[in-house]
Formats: sequence, C-alpha cells, structure tokens
Amino acid sequence: MDNKKEINPDYSGVTKLDVEGEVVSSLDSDINREVTKEDSSSSIDCHLSEAEAPTHSEENVATEDNQGERRGFIKFLCIVIGGIVSAVPFGAGIWAYINPLTREKGVDGDGFLKITSLDAIPDDGTPAKFSVIADKEDAWNKFKNISVGAIYLRKEAGKVKALHTVCPHLGCFIDYRSSKSDFFCPCHNSNFKLDGSIVSGVSPRPMDPLKIEIRNKVEVWVKFQNFQPGHDHPIPLS
Amino acid sequence: MKALINWIDHRTGFRSLTKEVLLENIPGGSRWRYVWGSTLTFALFVQFITGIFLWMGYSASSGDAWESVNYIQNEMTGGWLLRGIHHWMAQAMPILLLLHLMQVLVDGAYKAPREVNFWFGVILLKLVLALSLTGYLLPWDQKGYWATKVATNLANLVPFIGPEIQKLVVGGTEYGHHTLTRFFALHAGVLPALIVLLVIGHIYLFRRHGITPAEPIKKKDAFFWPDQVFKDAVACLAVMATVLFFVIWYHGAHLSSPADPSEPFSAARPDWYFLYLFQFLKLPAFAGDKEVWGAIYIPSIFVGFICLMPFIGKWKVGHFFNVGVMFAFLGGAGALTYLAKHEDISGPNSSNYLKAILDDERDAKRAIELARHVGIESTALNLLKTDPKTQGPKLFAQHCASCHRYDGHDGLAHSLPDANSLNELKQRTSTQNRFTSSNSVHPEWLARFKDSGSTNDWKAVESILTANKEGVFEVIAGTKLKEAPSAPDLKGFASRQWIMDLLTPEIYISNRFFGGTIHKDGDMYRRFLNRKVTKYDNEEKEMLKLVAFALSAEAKLPLQAEIDKADAEKIQQGVDHLIDDISCINCHAFQEPDPDVEGPDLTGYGSRQWIIDFVKNPEHEKFYPESNDRMPSFGTKKILTEKEIGLIADWIRDDYFKSSKSSATN
Repeated sequence: MDNKKEINPDYSGVTKLDVEGEVVSSLDSDINREVTKEDSSSSIDCHLSEAEAPTHSEENVATEDNQGERRGFIKFLCIVIGGIVSAVPFGAGIWAYINPLTREKGVDGDGFLKITSLDAIPDDGTPAKFSVIADKEDAWNKFKNISVGAIYLRKEAGKVKALHTVCPHLGCFIDYRSSKSDFFCPCHNSNFKLDGSIVSGVSPRPMDPLKIEIRNKVEVWVKFQNFQPGHDHPIPLS
Repeated sequence: MKALINWIDHRTGFRSLTKEVLLENIPGGSRWRYVWGSTLTFALFVQFITGIFLWMGYSASSGDAWESVNYIQNEMTGGWLLRGIHHWMAQAMPILLLLHLMQVLVDGAYKAPREVNFWFGVILLKLVLALSLTGYLLPWDQKGYWATKVATNLANLVPFIGPEIQKLVVGGTEYGHHTLTRFFALHAGVLPALIVLLVIGHIYLFRRHGITPAEPIKKKDAFFWPDQVFKDAVACLAVMATVLFFVIWYHGAHLSSPADPSEPFSAARPDWYFLYLFQFLKLPAFAGDKEVWGAIYIPSIFVGFICLMPFIGKWKVGHFFNVGVMFAFLGGAGALTYLAKHEDISGPNSSNYLKAILDDERDAKRAIELARHVGIESTALNLLKTDPKTQGPKLFAQHCASCHRYDGHDGLAHSLPDANSLNELKQRTSTQNRFTSSNSVHPEWLARFKDSGSTNDWKAVESILTANKEGVFEVIAGTKLKEAPSAPDLKGFASRQWIMDLLTPEIYISNRFFGGTIHKDGDMYRRFLNRKVTKYDNEEKEMLKLVAFALSAEAKLPLQAEIDKADAEKIQQGVDHLIDDISCINCHAFQEPDPDVEGPDLTGYGSRQWIIDFVKNPEHEKFYPESNDRMPSFGTKKILTEKEIGLIADWIRDDYFKSSKSSATN
C-alpha cells in the first residue's frame, strides 16, 4: 500500500502524458510502439523507470535506452505468448465446431425410396400426403426406418407426380386445402396450384417436383431430396 | 483511427482503465512465485472456452451422454483435442490451486486486511472441486458413473437432511436423465457463474490491497506490465504446453465403456485429487456409523480451520502454525493418495482391479467400434448388451466355464490352466518368461496387453504387473483356480478342424474333448473311434475327412461360408460317406429324425438353432436322452433365456459384427 502511494504522482503523470500523446490502435501496440519509437524524454518507459528508481540521473540515459529495448522485446513476447496460449482453446473449439462443414455425407444407392403403392393414390387427381420413411443418420444415432419428411403424390392424367411438402420460400410445411383444391403455405400466404405452380404470394419458385419411378408395376419410388430455400430454381441441399 | 479511439476512450475511459490494470505496482519487482493466480485465471479461461464448445456437442441425457461424448471424442474432427484440453486442464487446476494456496500461505498474503479475499479463495477452491466432481459424471461412462455414485451416496451421511440432499442432487432416488440434467446445469451454469463473480471479487480485493511481497525484498519495485505479465505469460505457456503434451499423448481423454447399472465396475475411483478422501474413508476408524466423521465432520472442521487461518496468523507463531498444518495436511493427503494407488496396484484386491480395467477397456473399444460401424439406434449400452462378442464371453465365463473351456480359457481370456495349485503354477513359470511364455499367459491376454498400451489406465495395469507378482499369477489363473476342464473346449466348435480333432481317437479322450466326461467310455469311443478309426487305412481316413467337411457344413459357420461353397462337391461326398460308408447314422439321426438312436442328432449340427436347442435341454431326445453327463438344461430350468443362449451361440460361431480392421487381426 505504501509503495503504491509513493509512485502515485508519477503514475498520474503517465496517464496524462499518454492522453495527449501517441495514437494507438490497441493498448498492446500502444505501449509497444511508444517503445520502438523510443524518445526517452516522452515515453512511458522513461517514466516507468523513474517510478522504479527515482534516483536515476542523466548518466543513466544510455543504459535506459538498452533497458527500453529489452522491455520492448519483453512486451512483444508477452503479446506473442498471450496470443498463442489464448488461441489454443479457440482453435480446438473452432476446429470441432466446423465439423458439419467437413463431415462427409454418406450416399447409399440411387437415392430413391419406396413410398407407397399406386393403389394408395386417389384416382381423381387429388393429392395425398405420404411420409417418407428412411434410415437416418443423426450425429451419434443411426435410426432405422423413421420418417424423414413428407411428399404429396397425385395422379395427373394417369401419371404419378410428386411434390415436396416444404415451401421453397422459407421452408414451412405447405397445406393441401381440399375446400379450394389448392396448396397453401400458412406462413407467408404463398398459394400454389395442384401442379405446384405459383398462384400468388412470395415464393420464389413453384413447389419442388421430385423424381419418380414406378417399379415392379405398382411400387412408387421417389428420389427424396431437400432443397435450399429462396432461390428461383431448386438447388439440392448437400 | 486516432479519432475513433479517442472517441471510444472519451466515452468509455478504457485507456485509463487499461493503465490501471497494467500499471499495478509490484513491490520488489516481478517474481516467478506470483504467477499462480494468473495461471489459474488462464486455466479458467481455457475451461470456459473449451467447455462452451464441448457444450455444442454434448447431450445431457442418460441415453445420449456417452454417445455424444464418444461422438466428440472419436468422430468429430478435432473433438479429441477439444475434449482433451478440457480434461487435462481440469487435471492441472488442482495442482495450480494448491501452488497458489501455498504461495499465499507461505508469503502471509492471507493475513489482515486480506481475510475476506482469502475466504473468496477458499470458496473458489471448493467451487473448482465441485466442477471436477460434476464434470466427472457427464460422459456417463462406467468410471464416472460408479465413482460419482459413491460421492452422492456420501451426501446421504449429512446429518438430518442427508437423504433429502441426495435426492435433490441426484434428481430422484436412482441415477437417470435428471441426474445428468442437474449435474450439467451445475457444471455449465451455476458453478461457472459463481466462479466468475468470485474471481472478479477476488481480483478486485487483491488489487485493493495490493500484492503481498515475499520477504526479503531484494529488487526495486516494478509495474505489473510488462515484467510480471511476461512471467505470467511464460507460466501459462508452460501450463498449456504440459496440458497439450498429455492431450496428444493420450489422444484426448479416456472414455470408459457406457454406464451400466447392472455391471459393477470394481476399478471405479474418483479423480486422483479426491483419492486421499477416498482412502481416508477406508480407515478402520470410520467403519460403520462413524463414517460420517470421515466424510463430513472432519473435512468440514478442517475447512473451517482454513477459514480461521487469517486470525490465527495474526501472531507470528500462529502463522507458522498455519503453514505447518497445511504442510502436514499435504503430507497426509499425499500419503493417503499413495496408499490408495498402492492398494490398487499391489493390495489383496489388485487383480480384481486389474481385471475390471481390462474388461472395461475391451467393452469400451467394442462400444466405440459398434457405434461407428453398426450405428446406435437406441443406446450404446444396448448395442453392447445385444452384442455376442461382448456378452458371449461373459455368459460363457459365468455359466459354462466351470466345465468347458474356450481356447483354454474361460472366455474372458482369464486363463485357467491345468495346474492344481497356485504354487505349482508359480514353479512352472519363471519370472522372466511370465509375459512371453504362451504356456503361462494366454496369447489373447497378451494381445490385449499390447493393444491397450496407450490408455489412461494402462499405467496402473503395468505397475500392477510389475509390482504384484501374486496378482499376476492370480490373473493368469483366473478368478480362482479351477479343476481341469471336464467338458470340450468350444473354441471353433463345429468347424472342420474341430470335428476332425473330435474324430481323432486320442484327442477325443483328452481333456480338450471328452476326457473328463462319461463319454470317454461311451460307444462313440469304444465302438467307433477306438475299434474302427484307429485301424483306418488311408482311403478310409480320406472318407472320414470328407465326413468332417460334411458335418461342419451343417453348422453354416460364417467363417466357413466361402470354403463350404467351394467344396460343395466334397461335402456331398461326405454326406454320402456319413450315411453309407462310415455309417454315422447307426447311432446318430441325420437329415431325418430317428428316435431309436442314442447319439445326438447331426442334422444342422453346430448351427445356431442346434446349439440353442442343445443348451436349452441336452436331455432332449434329439441329443442325450440317456447319456447326458452333468450338463444342466439351461433353458428348461430357466437358468438362461433363449436370447442369452443365442448370444453364446453367436459368439462361439464367430457370428457377430467385425469391422474390417478387427477381422484382419483375427
């Protein structure tokens, strides 16, 4: 306590000097630059040395120069070491955090999934919603046969068409309105015809069509994909 | 730039604040002994950063905790590094805390007017230890699960409200989801928040009173910046380098097998800095209802004493008393820690400890392998519980190994040699070749010895092996020395080689097969092997070999799938020989039921269903209706469920998931 009082005058002097003095971009470089520009009459270091040893006289200017250089180097080392040790936990954390960007996504088969049989789709052209059942890898879990999404299937002139249930605008779930016989996204009022084309609203593109294959005469297989929202054409998420 | 900084400074005053922070005067100049507080702050900083990133990958539920930690450790890029830094920095903190505390004590920095700050420090110490305790459970592995159970059970001993406290801490009477959610909230929320507040208070009070210089002051005063900062930075670098060394050496942090309430883990120990307490409770003085003294009263009294130290230290003699007591405590704690380790390594139960570590090591490895290649649909524990490679040997060791062997051991590679006594075994096994002679140590055991070389616990195993000869022999000899096998060795059961050995007269009556059973004198040996096979010419021997091929093909062993397919023709010939030339069907049914014969049915011999049916009831008319020798009817007597028998069968048939790597080594 006593010691602190003793240096107080110098201490306030230092502060004042600095406010008037150098321009700095950060505290570290502040003190650093002052040192490298070393002008023994105006630098902090001079005052520091005075604070430490008020008895210093003119003869010591030369050694103070040396000391200032050494001190500058120490400050430089402090910043380097501080930077390194602080970077380690951040580095490790960020490396793990960006794992989703580097993780390889396993692709199995041609991507087609068996959805239902032809008979389950109404013949009159009204759409029917079907769950997409697939194996799903979810971080540490591998789920077998769980629903991973849903699609609308409808017969159009005898041919089966598949539309994604997710709105191309911002990803809400599009409803089928039987009363108006159209598709309607409840989030931002996008309105689609049964073939998926836009009637009104903010969607940037029609509802996303999905590739379809009829296998073994009655099995409906669909290549189920999700697409990025917001673009005027479908871009698969990968 | 200048304008911007001036603008900010004008509104925040950050320049004077940073000056205030950096230009703290240090009487007597910077010194290495002052670095510990800074290294602790740094360690906390590292724990906060790594902890938050770990949080992004961790799931606090009993069905997901091990799974998510395993995912961080073994699947995420850099996850091992992240978890490793968090784990090893946590190991460093008790050491740094101790150094800081001792420096404060020795230099007298705890005395007036710094009492309150000293108490802040004591509370911080407790909080950091609480962080360790709560963090130990979070991976939900065997090690953390069983060690933490002991700790929460101690809460039970708190007078009057113990059981209630325990229920609140655990989130019920049993460990489960809520134990983890509660521990995690403490570990990542409550405790860190308290620590931040107290550290701010601690540093504020420290600055208020200034540093207590270590006497004698030899050098002139200096500011905190840059001399002391430099020393602090170098110390932090050293701490970080040490931590990174351990992280890389152990490739992260050890994760034992998924927590299993039905599988006690006799190697469960608290982290090393709690070991002295653990050992303290083993003292006979705290037996029975006196345990509360060792667990609660004495530690509380001691902490109370520490809090009173500033007052005792007012007098010079009091100060010496304080420092003396602390050193005595350290000596005692050190001795207890040593005792705890020593007991594990060379105490009477060290072989149990060793086996628990080895078995857990194997299960952990298998769980990681299955999680990666098979995938976790429900939980990792469930993967292990339905895995023949894991459960088969355990069930075999428990139910079958009293008579049977698996490649000479009990299934778990705790070798059971034919020695009659431990002494005889010792005489046969010289110290030098203990680990190298395959007669004394089972090869699979040796392989495990080499495999798990780099694990955390392996050091302990090694020291057991070097320190405790008794333990080694006990391990070699298995749980306890047993008599020579009295039933066939089932390794490779129904494989071509196994059947050919079975059909070799002298092997048939050896202990590897039926030497210890009544079948030694049965018709198979007397009327067939001894009377006929011993006199076979080369042509007949060739026929017998084809019979072995044919019989082995009945098992449909996955390992033989390819050669069975390639040898379809030979197998067909073998079937013909089996029926006609060698006439096995005189005594055995084959391809169609035959109630008149006494030998076991050879249809589907060694197949999964055949084994299950046999184990369920060996006295069934298909098998040994008349001549079953001591084998219990595991199914009909409800000793084993069909599922369990299936696990044993699959394991013996080598019918379970193998990653390409492990099948290559097999």
